[in-house]
Amino acid sequence: MTQVATLPDPLEEVAPPRGHSGGAAWGLWLLRRLGLAALTLWLVSILVYLATAALGDPVRAILGRDYNSNVARREQLEAQLGVGDNIVTRYFDWLGGLVTGDPGTSLANQQPVWGQVSDSVINTLALVLLSALVMIPLAFGIAMISSHFRRKRPDTVIQTILLALAGVPEFVTGILLVSVFSTSVFHWFPAVTLSTPDGHPWDTPKSMVLPVATLVIAVSPYVSRIVRATLLEVLDSDYVELARLKGIPENVVMRKHALLNAIVPGIQVIALQLAWLAGGVVLVETLFSYPGVGRQLVDSVRNHDVPMVQLLSMIIAGVYVVVNLVADLLSILLTPRARTAISS
Amino acid sequence: MSAPTTPASASGATPATTPGFFRKALAQKRFTFGFVVTLIIVVFAIVAPFLSPYSENETAGPPYAKKGLFGTDYLGQDVLSRVMHGGQGILLISVLATLLGMVVGVLIGVVAAYSGGLWDEVIMRLNDVLLAFPQILLALVVLTALQNPSNLVIIVLVGASHAPRVARVSRGVALGIVSRDFVVAAEALGEKRSRVIVAEVLPNMTGPLLAEAGLRLTYSIGLVAALGFLGFAADPGAANWGQMMNENRLGLQTQPWAVVAPVLVIAIFTIATNLMADGLAQASQKGD
Repeated sequence: MTQVATLPDPLEEVAPPRGHSGGAAWGLWLLRRLGLAALTLWLVSILVYLATAALGDPVRAILGRDYNSNVARREQLEAQLGVGDNIVTRYFDWLGGLVTGDPGTSLANQQPVWGQVSDSVINTLALVLLSALVMIPLAFGIAMISSHFRRKRPDTVIQTILLALAGVPEFVTGILLVSVFSTSVFHWFPAVTLSTPDGHPWDTPKSMVLPVATLVIAVSPYVSRIVRATLLEVLDSDYVELARLKGIPENVVMRKHALLNAIVPGIQVIALQLAWLAGGVVLVETLFSYPGVGRQLVDSVRNHDVPMVQLLSMIIAGVYVVVNLVADLLSILLTPRARTAISS
Repeated sequence: MSAPTTPASASGATPATTPGFFRKALAQKRFTFGFVVTLIIVVFAIVAPFLSPYSENETAGPPYAKKGLFGTDYLGQDVLSRVMHGGQGILLISVLATLLGMVVGVLIGVVAAYSGGLWDEVIMRLNDVLLAFPQILLALVVLTALQNPSNLVIIVLVGASHAPRVARVSRGVALGIVSRDFVVAAEALGEKRSRVIVAEVLPNMTGPLLAEAGLRLTYSIGLVAALGFLGFAADPGAANWGQMMNENRLGLQTQPWAVVAPVLVIAIFTIATNLMADGLAQASQKGD
């Protein structure tokens, strides 16, 4: 299940500063974007804090039936979460801790949360990057094949399959893959990631296959469809027409004239999808017991471990903001029109 | 065509009256197929509980036994009957969540587009903050502090996670309409702003909004099933396609149907609603 969102046009979004010399203009642009990113993260932190601390009653959620009987534990938890203090003071305490690298102690095991997330962050990054490495060439390849046969039978078939896949939730795909390739039909790959406390999941590469395949199937259809649409647009343009009239072979036209121009919109979609993966891995990691941020988040939500959930959701939102920033920067660097608009 | 959400889709569309629009959509194989399959599943979900061989929580045999069409589940309940009972809840929750998300999102988007200027900027910036949250994350964060989610909580959470996305799309669509002559004319006649929105702007957005609703329904089904799959369902004992996957996962090796049957139903359902949504999007783009 992929997120569909309108693609922001980097040119329109950033409103390049004019009337400055190149370097200064770039500095200003970057500063403005960084400022916006910081503002977004700050607002996100308010949202996360309110949602976890103010909407419900975490202490009651943790203790359940013991809420009334186990007074000592209740008071201890309330003290740790600062229940009863002013919500604004608590928020700023937490924010201060988050910024200075001390975002609290886990309610589940009384250890500082900061030290518990680094491994899962690395594991998740590995999973997402590996999926992206498989997904990007695959999506572009499918798009090229599809646009080569534009509006003929193979194109229609490919597009219908992609469209159908785009709607299926990723854990549904994952379960089907597990039952086909792991438990019921074939027994090729393990159904869960087995990891030792000090090892990483990629120590057993076989166990990475199904999680990566699931994420690739979840993300490629959307990327591929956008790239195909862009390719078709470019293939209809005057300069491609001219290149063909000059007698340049079709595969060179595709490679040099069409593909290069389809890369920028491609980057925007890929960024959106990578950012989406940061949250989308939640289900896939849970399904495969992959020791990453997503599974840790689900476990923490189940345990009502408020400080842990707060930190993990800030990390995921942070990844989203950073990926978008990098994508905007790349799009501008790769679009000559935008490059000159900024530095002239 | 792949981005059903571009503002361009609305520009210059004649007021999309529903019957004509529907006929245009039906002209496409995709839409017809998706629509028919969706209808079949909806009818199945509504009718099946009355036809199922066993009731929702009735024990049909030993756990994970090969009895009946799909065997039994981890508690020995008949899987086929559970699948037949599990549709109503997920369907109702998904539809209500979609409705909520659409109403709130369209309201935000249209008001932002219609107000313009500073308000538009502020509303959409705040909206962007919400977009920095993957949908499932928003639901999980709130569930942290709750003891047991009720169905109402799940509807509100899924709906709320749709709203910023719907707002973004409907603002784009509305921007192409608010500056058109008939809106200006209505304003010049001294109509109230709320009346202009309801009577002039919204009716002209039907096509793109229907397409968006179809897409949102697809995601609602996925999200509701996902929450069930993660074990956050309102009623732990009830049959629910998402929850069934969670309950029977450990038996995947011995009795795969207990998991695969609900998985297949959800897969078919989401494929159908997605094809339907895409058909609607195309029909609304061909509007002029």
